[in-house]
Amino acid sequence: MSDLTKLTLKSALEGLESKAFSSVELTQAHIEAVEQAKALNAYVLQTPDKALAMAQASDARRAQGEAGALDGAPLGIKDLFCTEGVRSTACSKILGDFQPTYESNVTANLWRDGAVMLGKLNMDEFAMGSSNETSAFGPVINPWRASGETTPLTPGGSSGGSAAAVAAQLCLGATATDTGGSIRQPAALTGTVGIKPTYGRCSRWGVVAFASSLDQAGPIARTVEDAALLLTSMAGHDARDSTSLDVAVPDFASFVGKSVKGMRVGIPREYRVDGMPAEIEELWEQGIAWLKEAGCEVVEVSLPHTKYALPAYYIVAPAEASSNLARYDGMRFGLRVDGANLTETYEQTRAAGFGEEVKRRILIGTYVLSAGYYDAYYLKAQKVRRRIADDFDQAFEKVDALLTPTSPSAAFPLGENADDPVAMYLNDIFTVTVNLAGLPGMSVPAGVDAKGLPLGLQLIGRALDEGSLFSLGGVIEKAAGFSQQPQRWW
Amino acid sequence: MAIDAATVRKVAKLARIAEPEARIEPLARELNGILTWIEMLNEVDTDGVEPMTSVVHQGLPMREDVVTEGGDPAKVLANAPKTAKDFFVVPKVVE
Repeated sequence: MSDLTKLTLKSALEGLESKAFSSVELTQAHIEAVEQAKALNAYVLQTPDKALAMAQASDARRAQGEAGALDGAPLGIKDLFCTEGVRSTACSKILGDFQPTYESNVTANLWRDGAVMLGKLNMDEFAMGSSNETSAFGPVINPWRASGETTPLTPGGSSGGSAAAVAAQLCLGATATDTGGSIRQPAALTGTVGIKPTYGRCSRWGVVAFASSLDQAGPIARTVEDAALLLTSMAGHDARDSTSLDVAVPDFASFVGKSVKGMRVGIPREYRVDGMPAEIEELWEQGIAWLKEAGCEVVEVSLPHTKYALPAYYIVAPAEASSNLARYDGMRFGLRVDGANLTETYEQTRAAGFGEEVKRRILIGTYVLSAGYYDAYYLKAQKVRRRIADDFDQAFEKVDALLTPTSPSAAFPLGENADDPVAMYLNDIFTVTVNLAGLPGMSVPAGVDAKGLPLGLQLIGRALDEGSLFSLGGVIEKAAGFSQQPQRWW
Repeated sequence: MAIDAATVRKVAKLARIAEPEARIEPLARELNGILTWIEMLNEVDTDGVEPMTSVVHQGLPMREDVVTEGGDPAKVLANAPKTAKDFFVVPKVVE
Protein backbone atom coordinates (compact mmCIF):
# COMPACT_ATOMS: atom_id res chain seq x y z
CA MET A 1 0.00 0.00 0.00
CA SER A 2 3.04 2.27 -0.08
CA ASP A 3 1.68 3.99 -3.19
CA LEU A 4 -0.93 5.60 -0.97
CA THR A 5 1.73 7.97 0.41
CA LYS A 6 2.44 9.25 -3.11
CA LEU A 7 -1.04 10.72 -3.51
CA THR A 8 -1.81 14.39 -3.30
CA LEU A 9 -4.23 15.38 -0.55
CA LYS A 10 -6.85 16.09 -3.20
CA SER A 11 -6.54 12.68 -4.88
CA ALA A 12 -6.44 10.92 -1.50
CA LEU A 13 -9.73 12.58 -0.53
CA GLU A 14 -11.22 11.46 -3.85
CA GLY A 15 -9.97 7.92 -3.25
CA LEU A 16 -11.55 7.90 0.20
CA GLU A 17 -14.83 9.22 -1.20
CA SER A 18 -14.91 6.59 -3.97
CA LYS A 19 -14.05 3.90 -1.37
CA ALA A 20 -10.89 2.94 -3.32
CA PHE A 21 -9.25 2.66 0.09
CA SER A 22 -10.11 3.45 3.68
CA SER A 23 -8.64 6.06 5.98
CA VAL A 24 -7.23 3.23 8.10
CA GLU A 25 -5.34 1.89 5.05
CA LEU A 26 -4.18 5.37 4.06
CA THR A 27 -3.10 6.15 7.62
CA GLN A 28 -1.35 2.80 8.09
CA ALA A 29 0.67 3.39 4.90
CA HIS A 30 1.83 6.74 6.29
CA ILE A 31 2.63 5.30 9.72
CA GLU A 32 4.89 2.76 8.03
CA ALA A 33 6.53 5.42 5.86
CA VAL A 34 7.25 7.52 8.96
CA GLU A 35 8.66 4.48 10.73
CA GLN A 36 11.07 3.87 7.83
CA ALA A 37 12.18 7.50 7.62
CA LYS A 38 13.69 8.01 11.05
CA ALA A 39 16.97 9.09 9.42
CA LEU A 40 15.24 12.32 8.37
CA ASN A 41 14.36 13.21 11.98
CA ALA A 42 11.22 14.95 10.69
CA TYR A 43 8.91 13.73 13.45
CA VAL A 44 9.74 14.35 17.11
CA LEU A 45 6.71 12.37 18.26
CA GLN A 46 4.71 9.72 16.44
CA THR A 47 1.14 9.08 17.51
CA PRO A 48 0.23 5.91 15.56
CA ASP A 49 -2.43 4.71 18.01
CA LYS A 50 -4.18 8.05 18.00
CA ALA A 51 -3.86 8.21 14.20
CA LEU A 52 -5.48 4.81 13.72
CA ALA A 53 -8.26 5.64 16.17
CA MET A 54 -8.95 8.89 14.33
CA ALA A 55 -8.83 7.01 10.99
CA GLN A 56 -11.33 4.42 12.22
CA ALA A 57 -13.67 7.16 13.40
CA SER A 58 -13.28 8.83 10.01
CA ASP A 59 -14.17 5.67 8.13
CA ALA A 60 -17.25 5.34 10.32
CA ARG A 61 -18.28 8.93 9.59
CA ARG A 62 -17.81 8.42 5.85
CA ALA A 63 -19.90 5.24 5.98
CA GLN A 64 -22.65 7.33 7.57
CA GLY A 65 -22.33 9.98 4.83
CA GLU A 66 -21.04 12.51 7.34
CA ALA A 67 -17.51 13.02 6.05
CA GLY A 68 -15.96 16.48 6.46
CA ALA A 69 -13.78 18.39 4.00
CA LEU A 70 -10.54 16.67 5.04
CA ASP A 71 -12.02 13.50 6.46
CA GLY A 72 -9.55 10.67 6.84
CA ALA A 73 -6.49 12.59 5.59
CA PRO A 74 -3.35 11.95 7.67
CA LEU A 75 -1.44 15.15 8.47
CA GLY A 76 1.67 16.12 10.41
CA ILE A 77 1.52 18.88 13.01
CA LYS A 78 4.38 21.26 13.76
CA ASP A 79 5.38 20.92 17.40
CA LEU A 80 4.57 24.62 17.96
CA PHE A 81 0.84 23.75 18.00
CA CYS A 82 -0.60 22.65 21.33
CA THR A 83 -2.37 19.31 20.95
CA GLU A 84 -4.50 18.11 23.82
CA GLY A 85 -2.90 15.26 25.74
CA VAL A 86 -0.07 14.98 23.19
CA ARG A 87 3.39 16.27 24.09
CA SER A 88 3.99 19.75 22.65
CA THR A 89 7.44 21.23 23.21
CA ALA A 90 8.20 23.84 20.52
CA CYS A 91 11.32 21.64 20.28
CA SER A 92 12.69 23.28 23.43
CA LYS A 93 13.99 21.52 26.51
CA ILE A 94 12.28 24.12 28.66
CA LEU A 95 8.85 22.70 27.85
CA GLY A 96 10.07 19.22 28.79
CA ASP A 97 7.15 16.82 28.64
CA PHE A 98 4.50 19.52 28.43
CA GLN A 99 1.13 17.93 27.67
CA PRO A 100 -1.43 20.62 26.84
CA THR A 101 -4.86 20.29 28.39
CA TYR A 102 -6.29 22.15 25.41
CA GLU A 103 -6.16 22.07 21.61
CA SER A 104 -4.95 24.92 19.41
CA ASN A 105 -7.67 26.54 17.34
CA VAL A 106 -5.97 25.66 14.04
CA THR A 107 -5.60 21.95 14.84
CA ALA A 108 -9.12 21.84 16.32
CA ASN A 109 -10.39 23.16 12.96
CA LEU A 110 -8.53 20.37 11.12
CA TRP A 111 -9.98 17.67 13.42
CA ARG A 112 -13.44 19.25 13.04
CA ASP A 113 -13.06 18.63 9.30
CA GLY A 114 -12.03 15.02 9.91
CA ALA A 115 -8.23 15.12 9.50
CA VAL A 116 -6.01 12.50 11.18
CA MET A 117 -2.91 13.35 13.22
CA LEU A 118 0.22 11.28 12.53
CA GLY A 119 2.41 13.06 15.06
CA LYS A 120 4.39 16.17 15.89
CA LEU A 121 6.97 17.64 13.53
CA ASN A 122 10.47 18.88 14.25
CA MET A 123 11.28 22.59 14.05
CA ASP A 124 13.79 25.18 15.20
CA GLU A 125 13.46 25.82 18.94
CA PHE A 126 10.54 28.25 19.45
CA ALA A 127 10.56 28.71 15.65
CA MET A 128 13.81 30.68 15.90
CA GLY A 129 16.04 29.56 13.06
CA SER A 130 16.30 29.07 9.31
CA SER A 131 17.97 25.65 9.17
CA ASN A 132 16.26 23.52 11.85
CA GLU A 133 19.58 23.27 13.67
CA THR A 134 18.35 24.98 16.84
CA SER A 135 15.89 22.15 17.62
CA ALA A 136 16.45 20.41 20.96
CA PHE A 137 15.80 17.16 19.05
CA GLY A 138 18.58 17.76 16.53
CA PRO A 139 18.18 18.96 12.95
CA VAL A 140 15.85 17.57 10.32
CA ILE A 141 17.72 16.24 7.29
CA ASN A 142 16.41 17.41 3.92
CA PRO A 143 15.19 14.42 1.87
CA TRP A 144 16.80 16.19 -1.12
CA ARG A 145 20.50 15.71 -1.79
CA ALA A 146 22.67 17.42 -4.38
CA SER A 147 23.04 15.02 -7.31
CA GLY A 148 25.88 12.59 -6.79
CA GLU A 149 26.49 13.80 -3.22
CA THR A 150 25.59 12.51 0.23
CA THR A 151 26.22 15.70 2.25
CA PRO A 152 23.27 16.24 4.60
CA LEU A 153 21.41 19.41 3.67
CA THR A 154 19.09 21.58 5.74
CA PRO A 155 15.37 21.49 4.91
CA GLY A 156 15.26 25.16 5.99
CA GLY A 157 13.49 26.46 9.03
CA SER A 158 11.81 26.91 11.22
CA SER A 159 9.14 24.57 9.77
CA GLY A 160 11.81 22.15 8.51
CA GLY A 161 10.05 19.05 9.84
CA SER A 162 6.81 20.06 8.13
CA ALA A 163 8.53 20.69 4.80
CA ALA A 164 10.68 17.54 4.92
CA ALA A 165 7.72 15.34 5.92
CA VAL A 166 5.61 16.64 3.03
CA ALA A 167 8.48 16.31 0.53
CA ALA A 168 9.37 12.78 1.70
CA GLN A 169 5.71 11.65 1.63
CA LEU A 170 5.47 11.16 5.38
CA CYS A 171 2.10 12.95 5.49
CA LEU A 172 -0.36 14.39 2.95
CA GLY A 173 0.14 17.91 4.29
CA ALA A 174 1.38 19.65 7.40
CA THR A 175 0.72 22.63 9.59
CA ALA A 176 3.49 25.18 9.86
CA THR A 177 4.04 28.72 11.15
CA ASP A 178 5.82 31.74 9.73
CA THR A 179 7.22 34.67 11.71
CA GLY A 180 9.89 35.79 9.22
CA GLY A 181 9.76 33.14 6.48
CA SER A 182 9.42 29.88 8.40
CA ILE A 183 6.79 28.43 6.06
CA ARG A 184 8.02 29.79 2.73
CA GLN A 185 11.78 29.27 3.03
CA PRO A 186 11.56 25.55 3.99
CA ALA A 187 8.90 25.05 1.30
CA ALA A 188 11.33 26.50 -1.26
CA LEU A 189 14.20 24.33 -0.03
CA THR A 190 12.17 21.11 -0.24
CA GLY A 191 10.16 21.58 -3.45
CA THR A 192 6.86 21.99 -1.61
CA VAL A 193 4.13 24.64 -1.56
CA GLY A 194 3.80 26.84 1.52
CA ILE A 195 1.53 29.78 2.22
CA LYS A 196 1.63 32.27 5.07
CA PRO A 197 -1.81 33.82 5.00
CA THR A 198 -2.71 37.39 5.97
CA TYR A 199 -1.93 38.11 9.62
CA GLY A 200 -5.12 37.29 11.53
CA ARG A 201 -6.48 34.67 9.10
CA CYS A 202 -5.51 31.79 11.39
CA SER A 203 -5.97 32.04 15.13
CA ARG A 204 -2.81 32.12 17.21
CA TRP A 205 -4.67 30.60 20.15
CA GLY A 206 -2.85 27.51 21.34
CA VAL A 207 0.20 28.17 19.14
CA VAL A 208 3.33 28.66 21.26
CA ALA A 209 4.13 32.37 20.91
CA PHE A 210 7.37 33.65 19.42
CA ALA A 211 6.70 37.22 18.16
CA SER A 212 2.99 37.85 18.44
CA SER A 213 2.67 40.71 15.95
CA LEU A 214 4.35 38.58 13.25
CA ASP A 215 3.44 34.92 13.98
CA GLN A 216 0.97 33.34 11.59
CA ALA A 217 0.05 29.73 10.88
CA GLY A 218 -0.34 28.22 7.42
CA PRO A 219 0.01 24.92 5.57
CA ILE A 220 2.83 23.19 3.69
CA ALA A 221 1.60 20.81 0.99
CA ARG A 222 2.65 19.09 -2.23
CA THR A 223 0.41 21.12 -4.55
CA VAL A 224 -1.14 24.58 -4.63
CA GLU A 225 -4.59 23.03 -4.51
CA ASP A 226 -3.69 20.93 -1.45
CA ALA A 227 -2.44 24.06 0.30
CA ALA A 228 -5.75 25.74 -0.52
CA LEU A 229 -7.75 22.84 0.94
CA LEU A 230 -5.73 22.93 4.16
CA LEU A 231 -5.84 26.69 4.60
CA THR A 232 -9.61 26.75 4.09
CA SER A 233 -9.90 24.42 7.07
CA MET A 234 -7.24 26.05 9.27
CA ALA A 235 -8.44 29.65 8.89
CA GLY A 236 -11.36 31.31 10.62
CA HIS A 237 -12.33 33.78 13.30
CA ASP A 238 -11.60 32.87 16.90
CA ALA A 239 -12.69 35.13 19.74
CA ARG A 240 -9.84 33.83 21.91
CA ASP A 241 -7.26 35.60 19.72
CA SER A 242 -7.93 39.36 19.78
CA THR A 243 -6.06 39.78 16.47
CA SER A 244 -8.06 37.06 14.72
CA LEU A 245 -9.91 38.65 11.79
CA ASP A 246 -13.68 38.39 11.85
CA VAL A 247 -14.05 37.84 8.11
CA ALA A 248 -15.48 35.02 6.02
CA VAL A 249 -13.08 32.32 4.83
CA PRO A 250 -13.43 31.77 1.08
CA ASP A 251 -13.15 28.35 -0.53
CA PHE A 252 -9.51 28.90 -1.46
CA ALA A 253 -9.40 25.87 -3.75
CA SER A 254 -11.95 27.58 -6.02
CA PHE A 255 -9.24 30.09 -6.97
CA VAL A 256 -6.85 27.42 -8.24
CA GLY A 257 -7.13 27.14 -12.03
CA LYS A 258 -8.89 30.51 -12.39
CA SER A 259 -7.70 32.71 -15.25
CA VAL A 260 -5.14 35.35 -14.31
CA LYS A 261 -5.57 37.23 -17.58
CA GLY A 262 -5.26 40.96 -17.05
CA MET A 263 -3.87 40.61 -13.55
CA ARG A 264 -1.06 43.05 -12.84
CA VAL A 265 2.05 41.57 -11.25
CA GLY A 266 4.84 43.73 -9.85
CA ILE A 267 8.55 42.90 -9.85
CA PRO A 268 10.24 44.73 -6.98
CA ARG A 269 13.62 45.88 -8.23
CA GLU A 270 15.10 45.94 -4.72
CA TYR A 271 14.90 42.14 -4.56
CA ARG A 272 17.79 41.87 -7.03
CA VAL A 273 20.43 41.55 -4.34
CA ASP A 274 24.19 41.27 -4.74
CA GLY A 275 25.54 37.77 -4.78
CA MET A 276 22.23 36.12 -5.72
CA PRO A 277 22.98 32.95 -7.71
CA ALA A 278 22.41 33.36 -11.44
CA GLU A 279 20.08 30.35 -11.38
CA ILE A 280 17.69 32.14 -9.04
CA GLU A 281 17.78 35.25 -11.21
CA GLU A 282 17.01 33.07 -14.26
CA LEU A 283 14.18 31.28 -12.48
CA TRP A 284 12.68 34.63 -11.59
CA GLU A 285 12.84 35.71 -15.25
CA GLN A 286 11.24 32.38 -16.17
CA GLY A 287 8.44 33.04 -13.68
CA ILE A 288 7.83 36.45 -15.24
CA ALA A 289 7.63 34.81 -18.67
CA TRP A 290 5.14 32.20 -17.43
CA LEU A 291 2.87 34.85 -15.94
CA LYS A 292 3.05 36.93 -19.13
CA GLU A 293 2.10 33.87 -21.19
CA ALA A 294 -0.90 33.42 -18.91
CA GLY A 295 -2.01 36.95 -19.72
CA CYS A 296 -0.63 38.90 -16.75
CA GLU A 297 0.72 42.37 -17.16
CA VAL A 298 4.14 42.48 -15.52
CA VAL A 299 5.50 45.82 -14.32
CA GLU A 300 8.50 46.88 -12.29
CA VAL A 301 7.75 48.36 -8.89
CA SER A 302 9.87 49.78 -6.09
CA LEU A 303 9.86 48.80 -2.43
CA PRO A 304 12.60 51.20 -1.34
CA HIS A 305 12.87 50.10 2.29
CA THR A 306 13.36 46.40 1.55
CA LYS A 307 16.93 46.22 2.83
CA TYR A 308 15.86 47.59 6.21
CA ALA A 309 13.29 44.86 6.79
CA LEU A 310 15.66 42.28 8.27
CA PRO A 311 17.36 44.63 10.75
CA ALA A 312 13.93 45.99 11.80
CA TYR A 313 12.73 42.41 12.21
CA TYR A 314 15.74 41.56 14.39
CA ILE A 315 14.61 44.25 16.82
CA VAL A 316 10.85 43.70 16.74
CA ALA A 317 10.90 39.88 16.85
CA PRO A 318 13.47 39.47 19.69
CA ALA A 319 11.75 42.24 21.66
CA GLU A 320 8.42 40.43 21.46
CA ALA A 321 10.13 37.09 22.08
CA SER A 322 11.90 38.32 25.22
CA SER A 323 8.51 39.34 26.56
CA ASN A 324 6.63 36.21 25.42
CA LEU A 325 9.28 33.82 26.70
CA ALA A 326 9.32 35.43 30.14
CA ARG A 327 6.56 32.94 30.97
CA TYR A 328 9.09 30.07 31.08
CA ASP A 329 9.99 30.56 34.71
CA GLY A 330 9.83 26.96 35.95
CA MET A 331 6.86 27.65 38.21
CA ARG A 332 3.70 26.54 36.40
CA PHE A 333 4.83 24.14 33.68
CA GLY A 334 7.92 22.77 32.01
CA LEU A 335 11.42 22.45 33.34
CA ARG A 336 12.43 23.63 36.83
CA VAL A 337 16.03 23.66 38.01
CA ASP A 338 16.14 24.49 41.70
CA GLY A 339 18.54 27.23 42.80
CA ALA A 340 19.39 28.70 46.22
CA ASN A 341 16.50 31.17 45.97
CA LEU A 342 13.71 32.21 43.63
CA THR A 343 15.87 34.38 41.34
CA GLU A 344 18.48 31.67 41.00
CA THR A 345 15.78 29.13 40.26
CA TYR A 346 14.57 31.33 37.40
CA GLU A 347 18.11 31.86 36.13
CA GLN A 348 19.16 28.21 36.32
CA THR A 349 15.90 26.98 34.81
CA ARG A 350 16.18 29.32 31.84
CA ALA A 351 19.92 28.66 31.40
CA ALA A 352 19.31 24.90 31.24
CA GLY A 353 16.07 25.04 29.28
CA PHE A 354 16.79 27.45 26.42
CA GLY A 355 19.23 26.77 23.57
CA GLU A 356 21.90 29.23 22.45
CA GLU A 357 19.98 30.93 19.64
CA VAL A 358 16.90 31.42 21.83
CA LYS A 359 19.07 32.90 24.60
CA ARG A 360 20.78 35.19 22.11
CA ARG A 361 17.43 36.51 20.91
CA ILE A 362 16.07 36.95 24.42
CA LEU A 363 19.19 38.94 25.33
CA ILE A 364 18.91 41.13 22.20
CA GLY A 365 15.23 41.70 22.95
CA THR A 366 15.90 42.51 26.58
CA TYR A 367 18.65 44.93 25.56
CA VAL A 368 16.63 46.84 22.95
CA LEU A 369 13.72 47.21 25.38
CA SER A 370 15.90 48.22 28.33
CA ALA A 371 15.91 51.72 29.80
CA GLY A 372 17.77 54.18 27.59
CA TYR A 373 17.71 52.08 24.43
CA TYR A 374 13.97 51.72 23.79
CA ASP A 375 13.69 54.80 21.55
CA ALA A 376 16.94 54.19 19.67
CA TYR A 377 16.06 50.61 18.78
CA TYR A 378 12.50 49.47 19.37
CA LEU A 379 10.68 52.71 18.50
CA LYS A 380 12.97 53.22 15.50
CA ALA A 381 12.23 49.68 14.26
CA GLN A 382 8.48 50.22 14.61
CA LYS A 383 8.76 53.37 12.51
CA VAL A 384 10.81 51.57 9.85
CA ARG A 385 8.18 48.85 9.93
CA ARG A 386 5.58 51.46 9.03
CA ARG A 387 7.77 52.60 6.12
CA ILE A 388 7.97 49.01 4.85
CA ALA A 389 4.21 48.55 5.09
CA ASP A 390 3.72 51.91 3.27
CA ASP A 391 5.99 50.67 0.45
CA PHE A 392 3.64 47.73 -0.09
CA ASP A 393 0.53 49.94 0.09
CA GLN A 394 1.97 52.12 -2.67
CA ALA A 395 2.95 49.14 -4.80
CA PHE A 396 -0.52 47.61 -4.46
CA GLU A 397 -2.06 50.80 -5.87
CA LYS A 398 -0.44 49.75 -9.15
CA VAL A 399 -0.39 45.95 -9.05
CA ASP A 400 -2.44 43.00 -7.77
CA ALA A 401 0.46 40.84 -6.62
CA LEU A 402 4.25 40.70 -6.51
CA LEU A 403 6.61 38.01 -7.77
CA THR A 404 10.03 37.45 -6.14
CA PRO A 405 12.38 34.58 -5.39
CA THR A 406 11.57 32.90 -2.06
CA SER A 407 15.07 32.37 -0.76
CA PRO A 408 18.52 33.63 -1.79
CA SER A 409 19.91 30.08 -2.16
CA ALA A 410 18.92 26.44 -2.53
CA ALA A 411 19.26 24.04 0.44
CA PHE A 412 22.69 24.39 2.05
CA PRO A 413 24.74 21.90 4.08
CA LEU A 414 23.93 21.60 7.78
CA GLY A 415 26.45 23.55 9.83
CA GLU A 416 27.25 26.02 7.07
CA ASN A 417 26.10 29.22 8.80
CA ALA A 418 26.30 27.94 12.34
CA ASP A 419 28.97 30.39 13.52
CA ASP A 420 27.53 33.55 12.03
CA PRO A 421 24.04 34.56 13.22
CA VAL A 422 23.73 37.41 10.74
CA ALA A 423 24.62 35.16 7.76
CA MET A 424 21.87 32.78 8.89
CA TYR A 425 19.38 35.64 9.28
CA LEU A 426 19.95 36.64 5.62
CA ASN A 427 18.06 33.51 4.56
CA ASP A 428 14.87 35.41 5.27
CA ILE A 429 15.77 38.49 3.22
CA PHE A 430 12.93 37.99 0.70
CA THR A 431 10.31 36.68 3.10
CA VAL A 432 10.52 38.87 6.20
CA THR A 433 9.03 42.02 4.63
CA VAL A 434 5.72 40.20 4.26
CA ASN A 435 5.51 39.43 7.99
CA LEU A 436 6.29 43.02 8.93
CA ALA A 437 3.44 44.22 6.70
CA GLY A 438 1.05 41.39 7.67
CA LEU A 439 0.49 40.35 4.03
CA PRO A 440 -0.07 36.89 2.53
CA GLY A 441 2.91 35.23 0.82
CA MET A 442 3.21 31.88 -0.96
CA SER A 443 6.19 29.87 -2.13
CA VAL A 444 5.72 27.63 -5.16
CA PRO A 445 8.35 25.15 -6.42
CA ALA A 446 9.43 26.37 -9.83
CA GLY A 447 12.55 24.48 -10.81
CA VAL A 448 15.83 22.93 -9.73
CA ASP A 449 19.38 24.27 -9.74
CA ALA A 450 22.40 22.69 -11.47
CA LYS A 451 22.78 20.28 -8.55
CA GLY A 452 19.18 19.17 -8.85
CA LEU A 453 18.01 21.01 -5.73
CA PRO A 454 14.57 22.67 -5.70
CA LEU A 455 14.07 26.43 -5.94
CA GLY A 456 10.92 28.40 -5.16
CA LEU A 457 9.23 31.56 -6.34
CA GLN A 458 7.30 33.75 -3.94
CA LEU A 459 4.00 35.50 -4.61
CA ILE A 460 2.93 38.34 -2.32
CA GLY A 461 -0.64 39.63 -2.24
CA ARG A 462 -2.79 42.34 -0.72
CA ALA A 463 -4.12 41.72 2.76
CA LEU A 464 -6.90 39.08 2.62
CA ASP A 465 -6.27 38.40 -1.08
CA GLU A 466 -4.88 34.89 -0.75
CA GLY A 467 -7.25 34.03 -3.61
CA SER A 468 -5.05 35.79 -6.19
CA LEU A 469 -2.02 33.95 -4.83
CA PHE A 470 -3.74 30.60 -5.29
CA SER A 471 -4.65 31.53 -8.89
CA LEU A 472 -1.16 32.81 -9.74
CA GLY A 473 0.52 29.98 -7.82
CA GLY A 474 -1.56 27.49 -9.80
CA VAL A 475 -0.33 29.07 -13.05
CA ILE A 476 3.34 28.85 -11.99
CA GLU A 477 2.89 25.28 -10.76
CA LYS A 478 1.35 24.22 -14.07
CA ALA A 479 3.88 26.07 -16.22
CA ALA A 480 6.84 24.80 -14.20
CA GLY A 481 5.50 21.25 -14.31
CA PHE A 482 7.58 20.62 -11.21
CA SER A 483 7.43 16.87 -10.77
CA GLN A 484 10.88 16.08 -9.37
CA GLN A 485 10.94 14.03 -6.20
CA PRO A 486 13.80 13.52 -3.80
CA GLN A 487 15.57 10.23 -4.56
CA ARG A 488 14.91 7.97 -1.63
CA TRP A 489 18.11 7.30 0.38
CA TRP A 490 16.62 6.95 3.87
CA MET B 1 26.39 51.71 21.64
CA ALA B 2 28.89 48.83 21.85
CA ILE B 3 27.99 46.03 24.21
CA ASP B 4 30.72 45.17 26.70
CA ALA B 5 30.97 42.30 29.16
CA ALA B 6 29.30 44.31 31.92
CA THR B 7 26.32 45.03 29.67
CA VAL B 8 25.97 41.34 28.79
CA ARG B 9 25.95 40.46 32.49
CA LYS B 10 23.35 43.15 33.20
CA VAL B 11 21.09 42.09 30.33
CA ALA B 12 21.40 38.41 31.27
CA LYS B 13 20.41 39.34 34.81
CA LEU B 14 17.39 41.29 33.53
CA ALA B 15 16.42 38.32 31.34
CA ARG B 16 16.90 35.92 34.26
CA ILE B 17 19.30 33.67 32.34
CA ALA B 18 22.41 32.42 34.14
CA GLU B 19 25.20 32.83 31.58
CA PRO B 20 28.48 31.13 32.54
CA GLU B 21 31.50 33.43 32.64
CA ALA B 22 32.99 31.65 29.62
CA ARG B 23 30.00 32.73 27.50
CA ILE B 24 30.12 36.45 28.40
CA GLU B 25 32.84 37.57 25.96
CA PRO B 26 31.56 35.44 23.04
CA LEU B 27 28.05 36.79 23.67
CA ALA B 28 29.35 40.37 23.69
CA ARG B 29 30.93 39.71 20.28
CA GLU B 30 27.79 38.05 18.87
CA LEU B 31 25.43 40.72 20.14
CA ASN B 32 27.72 43.48 18.87
CA GLY B 33 27.79 41.82 15.46
CA ILE B 34 24.00 41.80 15.33
CA LEU B 35 23.56 45.33 16.69
CA THR B 36 26.18 46.80 14.36
CA TRP B 37 24.29 45.31 11.44
CA ILE B 38 21.02 46.66 12.85
CA GLU B 39 22.41 50.18 13.02
CA MET B 40 21.83 50.59 9.28
CA LEU B 41 18.29 51.54 10.35
CA ASN B 42 19.69 54.96 11.21
CA GLU B 43 19.90 55.63 7.46
CA VAL B 44 16.09 55.67 7.29
CA ASP B 45 14.38 59.02 7.75
CA THR B 46 11.56 58.31 10.17
CA ASP B 47 10.73 61.86 11.24
CA GLY B 48 7.01 62.16 11.81
CA VAL B 49 6.37 58.47 11.11
CA GLU B 50 3.85 56.85 13.42
CA PRO B 51 5.33 53.70 14.99
CA MET B 52 3.57 50.55 13.77
CA THR B 53 2.42 48.34 16.62
CA SER B 54 -0.07 46.15 14.77
CA VAL B 55 -0.89 45.24 11.19
CA VAL B 56 -4.53 44.57 12.05
CA HIS B 57 -6.79 47.41 10.95
CA GLN B 58 -9.49 46.73 13.48
CA GLY B 59 -9.98 47.92 17.02
CA LEU B 60 -9.58 45.50 19.88
CA PRO B 61 -12.81 43.54 20.18
CA MET B 62 -14.85 43.91 23.36
CA ARG B 63 -16.77 41.12 25.05
CA GLU B 64 -19.08 40.74 28.02
CA ASP B 65 -17.16 40.77 31.31
CA VAL B 66 -18.14 37.26 32.32
CA VAL B 67 -16.30 34.08 33.19
CA THR B 68 -15.92 31.95 30.06
CA GLU B 69 -13.69 29.15 31.25
CA GLY B 70 -12.36 28.12 34.62
CA GLY B 71 -13.11 26.12 37.72
CA ASP B 72 -10.76 23.33 36.68
CA PRO B 73 -7.69 23.40 38.94
CA ALA B 74 -6.65 19.90 37.88
CA LYS B 75 -6.19 21.06 34.28
CA VAL B 76 -4.42 24.24 35.35
CA LEU B 77 -1.98 22.30 37.53
CA ALA B 78 -1.56 19.32 35.22
CA ASN B 79 1.93 20.36 34.01
CA ALA B 80 3.24 22.01 37.17
CA PRO B 81 6.69 20.91 38.41
CA LYS B 82 5.44 20.95 42.03
CA THR B 83 1.96 21.19 43.49
CA ALA B 84 0.25 20.88 46.87
CA LYS B 85 -3.53 20.52 46.99
CA ASP B 86 -4.79 23.05 44.45
CA PHE B 87 -1.69 25.23 44.51
CA PHE B 88 1.58 25.69 42.66
CA VAL B 89 4.54 25.20 44.98
CA VAL B 90 7.25 27.82 44.41
CA PRO B 91 10.53 28.62 46.19
CA LYS B 92 10.28 30.85 49.26
CA VAL B 93 9.91 34.46 48.15
CA VAL B 94 10.00 36.30 51.50
CA GLU B 95 12.70 35.56 54.09
